[in-house]
Amino acid sequence: MQMRSNLRRGTTYLTLAGVGFLFVAPLVWMVSTSFMTLDQVGQWPPQWLPDPFTVENYPNALMSWDFGRSFANTATITAWSIAGDLISSTLVAYGFARFRFPGRNILFVILLATLMLPFIVTLIPLYIGFSRLNWINTFLPLIVPHFFGNAFFIFLLRQFFMAIPQDLVDAARLDGASELVIWWRIMVPLARPALIVVAILSFQTNWNDFLGPLLYLQQDNLQTLSLGLYRFNTLPGEASLTNQLMAATVIMVIPVVIVFAIFQKQFVQGVTLSGLKG
Amino acid sequence: MATSQTSRLITAEHQLPRLAKLNLRQREAIFGYLFISPWLIGLFLFFIVPFAASFYLSFTSYSILSPGRWVGLDNYVRALTQDPVFWHSLGITALYVSVTVILRIVLGFGLALLLNSKVRFIGFWRTLFYLPSIIPLAALSVIWMQVLDGRSGLLNQLLSLFGIGHIRWLTDPDFALTGLIIMSTVWVGTTMVIFLAGLQNLPEEYFEASRIDGATNLQQLRFIIIPLMTPTIYFNLLINIINAFQVFSQALIMTQGGPQDATRFYMLYVYDNAFRYTPAQMGYASALAWILFVIILVFTLLIVVSSRRWVFYGD
Repeated sequence: MQMRSNLRRGTTYLTLAGVGFLFVAPLVWMVSTSFMTLDQVGQWPPQWLPDPFTVENYPNALMSWDFGRSFANTATITAWSIAGDLISSTLVAYGFARFRFPGRNILFVILLATLMLPFIVTLIPLYIGFSRLNWINTFLPLIVPHFFGNAFFIFLLRQFFMAIPQDLVDAARLDGASELVIWWRIMVPLARPALIVVAILSFQTNWNDFLGPLLYLQQDNLQTLSLGLYRFNTLPGEASLTNQLMAATVIMVIPVVIVFAIFQKQFVQGVTLSGLKG
Repeated sequence: MATSQTSRLITAEHQLPRLAKLNLRQREAIFGYLFISPWLIGLFLFFIVPFAASFYLSFTSYSILSPGRWVGLDNYVRALTQDPVFWHSLGITALYVSVTVILRIVLGFGLALLLNSKVRFIGFWRTLFYLPSIIPLAALSVIWMQVLDGRSGLLNQLLSLFGIGHIRWLTDPDFALTGLIIMSTVWVGTTMVIFLAGLQNLPEEYFEASRIDGATNLQQLRFIIIPLMTPTIYFNLLINIINAFQVFSQALIMTQGGPQDATRFYMLYVYDNAFRYTPAQMGYASALAWILFVIILVFTLLIVVSSRRWVFYGD
C-alpha cells in the first residue's frame, strides 16, 4: 500500500516536471539564444548553451530599430490606459453596486453581453470613425476608449463593492459627505486589493496588445514593442538574425515577467475571479 | 476625459439644494445614472453605433476611399456562393476551434487535478504552467517561430528523439495548421488556473463520504468531481470557444496566412479584406464579420441552452 502510493507520488511529480519542462523550454531557449553568436544559432542538433557567450545581440537589437522609442510608446499607451481603466471602471462599478435605479439589472446584463461580443464586428466602423476624427497615427484610439469603462473590470469591482458594509456608507452620508467623496474617500481605498488586480490585468492587456497598434499606428516612430517585433521579424534578411530577434523579445518580455513575479497572487486572483463568478 | 467626468459629477453635487426636493429614491437613481454615465456613453459610442454601422456597411460596397453604394445582399451571396476562400477559412477555423478547445479543456483539467492531489510546492508548479500565458502574443509568436522551425526547431529536436524526421511546421501546407494548434497549448495555463480554483472550492465532505463508501479514484472523478465541476467546465468551454474563433495575431506574424492559405483563419481573412487588399473591401469584410458573429452567437446559445441539461448547480 505504502509502496503503491509512493509510486503514484513519483508518477505525479514526474508528469509535472515533464510537462513543466515543455512549457518553459521555449522561454529558456529564447534567453539562451539571445546570448549566442549567429554561427551557433542554426546548428543541428540545436545547442542549448551559448558558446561563446556574447552580449552583443542586445545593443545590436536596440540599435537596429528605434527600440527605445518603441519602449517609451508602449509605456505611454499602457500608463494612460491603466489610468483610464481604473478611474472609469471604479466609478461605474460603484454606480452598479450601490445605487438602485430603473433598468439597472437590464443594463448590467447588457454590460456582461458586451464581453461576449466578438470585437471583429465593431472593428471596421471604429476604424472608420477614428480615421474620420483624424486619430490614425495618434495614441488616442488606443487610450480614449479606456476612459469609458471596461466591462470585465466593472464586473470585478462591482463584486468587491457589494461586499463592503452599507453601514460605512450610511455613516458617511449622515456626516454630510457627498456621493463623490464617499466614492473617493471610502470605497476606493477599501477596494485597493481589487484595484491592484485591475491595474495588473490592464497592464498586461495593453502592454501585450498587437492588433490595436497594428491598425492605428502606421508610422515607424509611433510603433509599440509588439509592432516593432513584428516588423523586425518580417524584414527581409533580418529574419535570419535570430539571436538579435531573441534579445529584443527578452527585453519586451522582462517587464511582464517582473510584474507577474511581484503580483503573482493578484494575477491568479484576477483569472480565477473571472472563472468562478462568471 | 477623466476630468470632465469628474467635474460633471461635482456640478451635480452643487445642485444638491434642488436635488433635495426630490425624494430619496429619485436622488439615488440620479446618482446611479451619473456614476455609470461613462460606461453608458462608451456603450453608445463604442458598441451600439459601430454595431449598427457594421450591419449597415455589410449591405454596401464601402471602402475607406470610396463611399460605396447599397448592394443589398450581394456581399452575403458572394461569401456563401462564390468565394472559395471564405469556406476554406471557415473550415480551418472550425477545425482549429474544435481541436484547441478540447485540448485546453482536457489538458487544463488534467493538470489541475494533478496539482490538486496534494502535491508540494503547488504555487511553484502553478507559476510554471501559467507563465507562458502572460507572455505578449507578438513575443510568443516570434519565439514559437523558432520552436516550429523546420530545420533546427525545438519541436523537431524533441521529435527526433522518437526517430521522427524534420517536419517543416510553418512552411509545409500539410503541417502549418497542426503547428499552430500545438502552439495553442501554451495557453492551457489560464484554463488550468480556473479549474484549479474550482477544485479547491469543492466541499471536502463529498470526498470523505465517497472514500468511506470505498469509491475508487476513477469513480470519484466520474461521479463526484466532474459533476461538481460542470459550472467551471461550462465557463471554460464558453470562453475558450469565443477566444479560439478569433485566432488572428499569431497567424499574421508567423505564417501570414500561408503557406497556400493553410492558416488563413477567418479573422485574418476579414482583416485582409478590410485593411490589406487593394482596393479595401470594408463592406464585404463587414458581411464576413457578421457571419462570424452569427456563428459564434449560435454556438454560445447552443451551449447556454444545453447547459441546463448538463451543468450541475449545487443547492
